[in-house]
Amino acid sequence: MTLLHVAILSPFIFAILVPFLYKRFRNIHTGWFVLVLPILLFVYFVQFIDTTMNGDTISNTANWIPSLGINFTAYIDGLGLLFALLITGIGALVILYSIYYLSKEKEQLNTFYVYLLLFMGAMLGVVLSDNLIVLYTFWEFTSLSSFLLIGYWYKREKSRYGAQKSMLITIFGGLLMLGGFIMLYIMTNSFSIREIIEQVPEIAQHDLFVPALVLILFGAFTKSAQFPFYIWLPDAMEAPTPVSAYLHSATMVKAGIYLVARFSPVFSGEPEWFWIVSSFGIFTMFWGSFNAVKQTDLKGILAFSTVSQLGMIMSMLGVGSAALALDAIDDSYYTVATLAAVFHLINHATFKGSLFMVVGIIDHETGTRDIRKLGGLMSFMPITFTISIIGAFSMAGLPPFNGFLSKEMFFTSMIRVLDMDVFNLETLGILFPIIAWIGSIFTFIYSMVLVFKTFTGKYQPEKLEKKPHEAPIGMLISPIILASLVIIFFFFPNLLAYTIIEPAMASILPSLLGDENHFHVHISQWHGPNLELYMTIGVILLGTLGYYLLRKWRGIYRIVPEKLTLNKGYDAALYQLDKSSFKLTRFYMTGFIRDYLAYIFTFFIVILGTALVVKDGFSFSLAGTAPIGIYEAVLAIVMVIGTITVLFSKSRLTAIIALGSVGYSLSLFFVLFRAPDLALTQLCVETVSVALFLLCFYHLPEFKRKEKKLHFKLTNLLISLGVGTIVTLIALSANSQRVSDTISKYFIENSYTLAGGKNMVNVILVDFRGFDTLFEITVLGIASLGIYGMIRLHVKKEEEG
Amino acid sequence: MKTNDLIFQTVTKVVVFIIIIYSLHLFFSGHYTPGGGFIGGLMTASAIVLLLLAFDIKTVVNTLPIDYIKMTATGLLIALLTGIGSFFFDVPFLTHTFSYVDLPVLGKTSLATAVLFDLGVYLVVIGVTMTIIQTIGETE
Repeated sequence: MTLLHVAILSPFIFAILVPFLYKRFRNIHTGWFVLVLPILLFVYFVQFIDTTMNGDTISNTANWIPSLGINFTAYIDGLGLLFALLITGIGALVILYSIYYLSKEKEQLNTFYVYLLLFMGAMLGVVLSDNLIVLYTFWEFTSLSSFLLIGYWYKREKSRYGAQKSMLITIFGGLLMLGGFIMLYIMTNSFSIREIIEQVPEIAQHDLFVPALVLILFGAFTKSAQFPFYIWLPDAMEAPTPVSAYLHSATMVKAGIYLVARFSPVFSGEPEWFWIVSSFGIFTMFWGSFNAVKQTDLKGILAFSTVSQLGMIMSMLGVGSAALALDAIDDSYYTVATLAAVFHLINHATFKGSLFMVVGIIDHETGTRDIRKLGGLMSFMPITFTISIIGAFSMAGLPPFNGFLSKEMFFTSMIRVLDMDVFNLETLGILFPIIAWIGSIFTFIYSMVLVFKTFTGKYQPEKLEKKPHEAPIGMLISPIILASLVIIFFFFPNLLAYTIIEPAMASILPSLLGDENHFHVHISQWHGPNLELYMTIGVILLGTLGYYLLRKWRGIYRIVPEKLTLNKGYDAALYQLDKSSFKLTRFYMTGFIRDYLAYIFTFFIVILGTALVVKDGFSFSLAGTAPIGIYEAVLAIVMVIGTITVLFSKSRLTAIIALGSVGYSLSLFFVLFRAPDLALTQLCVETVSVALFLLCFYHLPEFKRKEKKLHFKLTNLLISLGVGTIVTLIALSANSQRVSDTISKYFIENSYTLAGGKNMVNVILVDFRGFDTLFEITVLGIASLGIYGMIRLHVKKEEEG
Repeated sequence: MKTNDLIFQTVTKVVVFIIIIYSLHLFFSGHYTPGGGFIGGLMTASAIVLLLLAFDIKTVVNTLPIDYIKMTATGLLIALLTGIGSFFFDVPFLTHTFSYVDLPVLGKTSLATAVLFDLGVYLVVIGVTMTIIQTIGETE
């Protein structure tokens, strides 16, 4: 446990404090307290830039479950640091913005900030973990916390729908990814990413290598909203705008990008990796931008735009991986794509973050986000207008904004695909620059729509809920900072190039570097009149034309009927799943506990019986058994009588007491066989459960003896005989054959020396097998909550109804 | 169906304390002699159950205004934090340690972190048992 671990976990620790702060300081916006943390973390992480710039990495391991190779290894390299800075930096700005966005009177601020902090911690964990299982844990934690954030306004139907959708899709991908991780473990016997990378040459030909690759990409694609999994992202826009700005543009959705970048050293030698990543990426880029144009909701436009931009970064990473896949071509030829990916990642966070915040401001100050109602806001909100011009022009890839630089490099890298003839698919290769170019035209159009439909044109006050005015200064600070970065990064791109981008590239493409080597990144604003520049000019010309003629060609969106969209497919699949599982459940959930018991016992007999037969496990020997004394015999008889009484008793009270007598006799058995702990436990359990029965038995439905048909009784008889036989057989054969030495010796020898306890049972419970106990009490807790919920909610319903 | 159970109630008042003290003894001595969090918890719970049987549920809830769900949560948290605490000493999750100290009255006593974990178990067991019994008992 080092300071670095504490830093990663600090959002979780801080999250515990938030509700108390909220309660204690009601008149101070909770966001002010929360704001401190990301700022501190940002400053903390900035210190590491020096280290990664020199090509060094930091790795601190805290043991978690070392016996399984699962350890919390905090690992900082260029890539991780870049993301950590994004998460904390954008996080700080978003929290500052949210302080003005969410009113402290109306909203449940404590839950909001707890979720946000959980998310921040989870995200830091994802990008700074070297161990796959730890990474996966944090990864699913991001899905969970984003589910909570999207559903923050849980009373709205759409919020719940969006939250569920995002969780179903991202967790589905996450589970597949876990499968991929486990395959990697099978191949390399290690969960450490760095160790896996070292073994890549040996495992590249393994049968599981490509399946692992595909499964891990599922995780990345679902998280980063790639085609066809992007459908959750637009619905996630139901979250409060600060959340959209943070999760759905700057951080969470980029976890998929991170994953692809992180695993590039492992997989990028494979052509499959290149093909899947770049082709899905480029198609998503086009599809997202194409669909963004038809949106009428400002956040909808931004959502699809995010989808598109993520696809763009993804495709660049894919093309960049060709640097490793191809030996024939000079390395530097494709590294430009990776460079562009990293650079655009940063740029996207800045301009998209500011745009989301701008949209939030418009929503906040006018009461709507519908572009059909907005217009002519320029004179009311000059500052907001300026920020959105900067953001949108950068998104469209125009100078003098940072988006221009990365967009040019994007074109460059797509053109480079043409030279890649080793796959013998030159004809397909030509599609890359063409799709990229068309996608960029649509990007240009929706960027213009976003700004000009909102701020210019006719002002329609009658359609707005509020009279628009400029946002309070606090709400403007964050977008202004981001917009300034957009411009600064254009004029001084190399500020980032040497400090952040080079180390990040070193993490993505480590094998291209020898010892003590660096990537030499130099980004220039002017790259001469080449094909890329002409493409950009084409984008501007056609884009402007497209924007003005939007009305004329909008009709193409109606060609694909609503029914055939992916969303409908998702809804239908969900509906079918719901329906068929309901049917299936109805089939076996009869509502009678005796049926359930019959299922359980039948399975019990079948599985254990088969195991006994297959393994030839039955043996019977009396050697080593203790003699049966008078006490044992008497107790056994009492138990048998008790059991029979339960079966034939006419009243429930008798049955309960008879059952109790069986339990007490059992505890006497424990006393006889010198197991005082078990005896005590059995005694207490019996007491409590008998009391519980006595307390509530008059709530139970009336005790009726129904005459059942004969075949029913026959099944019951068979089942009970079967269970009895199996249990007896197992008990006898377990006692007669010992495959290995008894483990009690170990506990006898070590419980005092290792755990300092003389009570072996207790030492086993709390120390040697403490993990079991932890889970057991968790299960107990959940069970009690279940009972509480079932009964209380039921009662409430009855009261209401 | 209220019967006159004065003797039962009077005896209960005394016995409950004896049971609870005994259960605490069981809990603390668990590491050396039979006992521990699980049994101690059950024993404490059974003391409260005895109260429930002697008096009606409202009286007991008023005398012992404990939110058992919160108690369960606290117990779980204690157990979990004991586990996490081991990270700070750079040892695997849930590693326990112990040492001996001389306390003024009790003399040489061993202090084991396992007892902290057991405290979590103890609270969870009471919390769970009482949550179940109370929710079932309170519904009419």
